[in-house]
Amino acid sequence: MKKDLLLKDGNPQQGNPLGGTLGESLRSQGVSRRSFMKFCATTASMMALPPSMIPMIANALENARRPSVIWLSFQECTGCTESLTRAHTSTVESLIFDAISLDYHHTLQAASGHAAEAAREVAMEENFGNYLLVVDGSIPLDNPGYSTIAGISNLDMLTESAKGAAAIVAVGTCATYGGIPHANPNPTGAVSVKDIIKDKPIINVPGCPPIPVVITGVLAHYLTFGAIPELDHIGRPKVFYGQSIHDRCYRRPFYDKGQFAETFDDEGAKKGWCLYKLGCKGPTTYNACATTKWNNGTSFPIESGHPCIGCSEPDFWDGGGFYKALSLPTEDLSKTAVYAAAGAAAAGVAVSALNRGKKNASNKIHIKTTIDDLTQE
Amino acid sequence: MTEIELLSWARGPGLQIATIIFVAGVVIRVLEILLLGRKANLAEAKGGEMSSGLKTMITRTVPDRTTFKRSSVTIVSGYAFHIGLFVVCFLSAPHILFLKDIIGFGWPSAPTAVIDAFAVITIIAMLVTLVNRLTNRVMRYLTNFEDLLTWFVTFLPVITGYIAFHRIGMTAPTLLAVHILSVELLLVVFPFTKLMHAFTLFIARWYNGAISGYRGVAS
Repeated sequence: MKKDLLLKDGNPQQGNPLGGTLGESLRSQGVSRRSFMKFCATTASMMALPPSMIPMIANALENARRPSVIWLSFQECTGCTESLTRAHTSTVESLIFDAISLDYHHTLQAASGHAAEAAREVAMEENFGNYLLVVDGSIPLDNPGYSTIAGISNLDMLTESAKGAAAIVAVGTCATYGGIPHANPNPTGAVSVKDIIKDKPIINVPGCPPIPVVITGVLAHYLTFGAIPELDHIGRPKVFYGQSIHDRCYRRPFYDKGQFAETFDDEGAKKGWCLYKLGCKGPTTYNACATTKWNNGTSFPIESGHPCIGCSEPDFWDGGGFYKALSLPTEDLSKTAVYAAAGAAAAGVAVSALNRGKKNASNKIHIKTTIDDLTQE
Repeated sequence: MTEIELLSWARGPGLQIATIIFVAGVVIRVLEILLLGRKANLAEAKGGEMSSGLKTMITRTVPDRTTFKRSSVTIVSGYAFHIGLFVVCFLSAPHILFLKDIIGFGWPSAPTAVIDAFAVITIIAMLVTLVNRLTNRVMRYLTNFEDLLTWFVTFLPVITGYIAFHRIGMTAPTLLAVHILSVELLLVVFPFTKLMHAFTLFIARWYNGAISGYRGVAS
C-alpha cells in the first residue's frame, strides 16, 4: 500500500463525532455477530486477503466511527444510486452503507433546499480533512449553467467540497471517465472528477452503474485500512477491476472451442454459446461482473444472454457500437476497398498507357544495326 | 487519447487509410505487370504454354532434392511460418469475422488452442528465418534493408496478436489496438515491398512454366 495514499494521520477512526461506532450502529439495527463476521469474511475473500485478516477487518469495522460521507451528484441519471440502493434487501452490505454517516445525498437525504445545503456545509466544517467525498456524474465545463445545485455550479461545488476531503470516490463511469455526457459530441464539455481534482487520492469505481458490492467493498477497505486500495493505471481498485470479463466468463470455453451465437435467437444463443460475434466487449473490459455478479449474486448481463457493453471502460459509448464484434472495423471497409480498387484500376491503366507510350517512343528512335555498321572501321 | 479512443481509431480511420493504400497499391502494381503485354507470337510451336504454366504453378511448391539439401533451414522454416500464418490469419474466429464483414461470407473457425499452437510455430519459425538470415554468410550478404523490414512488419502482427490473446504486459484494449495497428502497418508496407509476392508469385510461376513448356522459336 502506498504511503502517500494514507489518510492524514493514518487513522480511520476519525469520523463523524455525531455518530457512534459502526459496531454499535449495526447491533442497534439487529445485525447479528454471525452475519457481521460473514460479511467480513466475504469482504476479505473479495479483496483477495488471507483469512487471517478477517478478525482485523471485523475489529476495524466494529470500532470505526461512522465516517462522514458527502455524496455529490452532477450530470448523472441516478443509476449509480439506484444500483447502490438495490443492496437494501436486508443484506449486510446495505447495512454497512446505512452505518456510514451519509450527511449529504440529494436523492437519499430527507432534507431539501437550504437545509440540505446547510447539512453539507456543517458536515464539511466538522469533519474537515476526514470526510469521504463520493461523486457520481460528470462535470460540465462549457457553461457552468448546464448543471447547478442550489445555484452552485458543479465545478464550484466539487472544488469546494474536495478541499476538506480525505479521499474521493468517483462512482460510475460519468464521474470516473466522463461517461455518457462525455460521449461524442460532448455538448456540455463534460469531464471526470480526476480531470479537475489533482491533489486528492481518487478511487475510480466505474460502471454504468457500478456493482453495489464493489462500492461497499471500496468503502469497507477504506474503513479497515484507512487507506485507499491498490489502483490500476486508470484509478480502479485492482481487487475488483483486475481481470477482464472475458477471462472470468463462464461462456469462455465456448469461445475457445469456436462456438458462437450468431444472432440473438439462433441455436447457439439458446445453447448459451459465446456472445463475441454479437459484439461482446468482455475481452476489453475489466470489471467484477463475472465473479461478484448482480442482484445478490443472481447473474450478470452475459448470463441473461446479452453481450457485455464494456461500461466500466473510458469512452465505452463511443467504442464502435455495442453490437459490433471487437474485431470488426467500425466503418464500412468493403465500400472503401471497392472505391479504392476502382480508383486504382483507372490509375493502373493510366500508368500502363504511359509505360506503353514510353516504350513506343523508344522503339521509334531505335536505330537498327546493320552489317554496314559492323564493318565501318 | 484513452485506450478505447486508440482502439476506435485503429478500428475506424486507421483501418480505412491502411485499406485504401493496400488495395490501391496492389491493384496498380498487378495491373502494371499484366498490362505490360506480350508481343504477339507469330511462330507455331510444338508445346503449349498454358498447360505447362499451370503445372509449374503447382509443381514449384515442392522443392527438388538438391535445393532442399542446400537450403533445408530456409525451406522448412519458410514453409512452417507460411502455413502458420495461413492458419492464424484465416482460421481464427475474430479474423474470419473481420473478413466476413468485408467479403460477405465466412467459414468455420478452429479452436483457440489450435490457433495458439500455430501462432507459436509461426513465431519460432520466423525467428529461425531471421537467425538463419543473419548467421548464414551468403544469406547475410544477400540481405538488404527491405528484407528486414518485411520480416519485421510480418512478425509484428503475429507477436502482438499472441500477446493480445494472452494479455501480457498491458491491458486488453491497448493490446488489441496495438495488434490492429501492426496489421495496418503491414497493409501499408505491403504494396511497396517484396510482400507483393503473395500476388505475383503464381503469375511468375506460370510464366516460368510457360517458357519451358513452349517448344519452338518465338518470332
